[in-house]
Amino acid sequence: MEEGSLVQYAPIALMFLVAAGFVGVTMLATHLLGPKRKTNVKLESFECGIEAKGNARIPFNIKYFLVAILFVLFDIEVIFMYPWAVNFKELGTEGFVEMLLFIAALLIGFFYIRKKGALTWED
Amino acid sequence: MITNLFYFLSFVAVLSALMVVFSRNPVYSVLYLIITFFAIAGHYVLMQAEFLAVVHVIVYAGAIMVLFLYVIMLLNLNRESEPHKSNILKFAAAICSGLLLVVLVGSLRGTELLKHSEAGEVSSTMGGVKNLGKVLFTDFLFPFEIASVLLLAAMVGVVMLAKAEKKTNL
Repeated sequence: MEEGSLVQYAPIALMFLVAAGFVGVTMLATHLLGPKRKTNVKLESFECGIEAKGNARIPFNIKYFLVAILFVLFDIEVIFMYPWAVNFKELGTEGFVEMLLFIAALLIGFFYIRKKGALTWED
Repeated sequence: MITNLFYFLSFVAVLSALMVVFSRNPVYSVLYLIITFFAIAGHYVLMQAEFLAVVHVIVYAGAIMVLFLYVIMLLNLNRESEPHKSNILKFAAAICSGLLLVVLVGSLRGTELLKHSEAGEVSSTMGGVKNLGKVLFTDFLFPFEIASVLLLAAMVGVVMLAKAEKKTNL
């Protein structure tokens, strides 16, 4: 990679800097600007009037995982569309048919998921 | 400038990868792994593979790490319920990973750097989305269509494994 081509990534670097800087500045500012009045009652964990017991690490429903993994699969499908969309004109009808075949296979999966009711939330 | 950036990214990647291993809390490990992925995406950018870098951030740092978090939460990793590893198990693990290190170093030492003439013409836009799309939809069309079958198989598999049949509930 040449030195000059690095300049085109300057906006991305700037975005990362702003994102990290925003987090840092807001955390520092709330520490410095906010008043500190610590009493025993205020430092108690706030749990809507009920005292907290146990910890947050409890096994939870596998449905969340099911939704997440289906999201990842369709996410990958969309990723394949980027290089296709950029070359849409050059690839022409042939490319369109190729993409249709790709989508068709995934659409079968989508209908399978709907048919099985994997995304319905019944308990 | 490029060399310094390479060293910085490598430093961040190696340091956060070590923190993945050494942090006691598995959720912190996942967060350090996200930093590692971002550093590796930076390496892809340095190697002209912009599309790969973006995909790496979207799929790995975004989606796969959410799955990792879910898996950690599904596993019920309480400090009390964590099984105590015996010394002989630790010893075996150290030997196994040491052997893996020897194999990796040995195989990488045997390789030679690709000569510039062998690598062919490397242009600055080779890893871009446009070139990648052209190659993907002409030369590598069959693997691309097979990928859809792979995704379909994954969908069917996850529904089969994770979705309880209604009959068992009754």
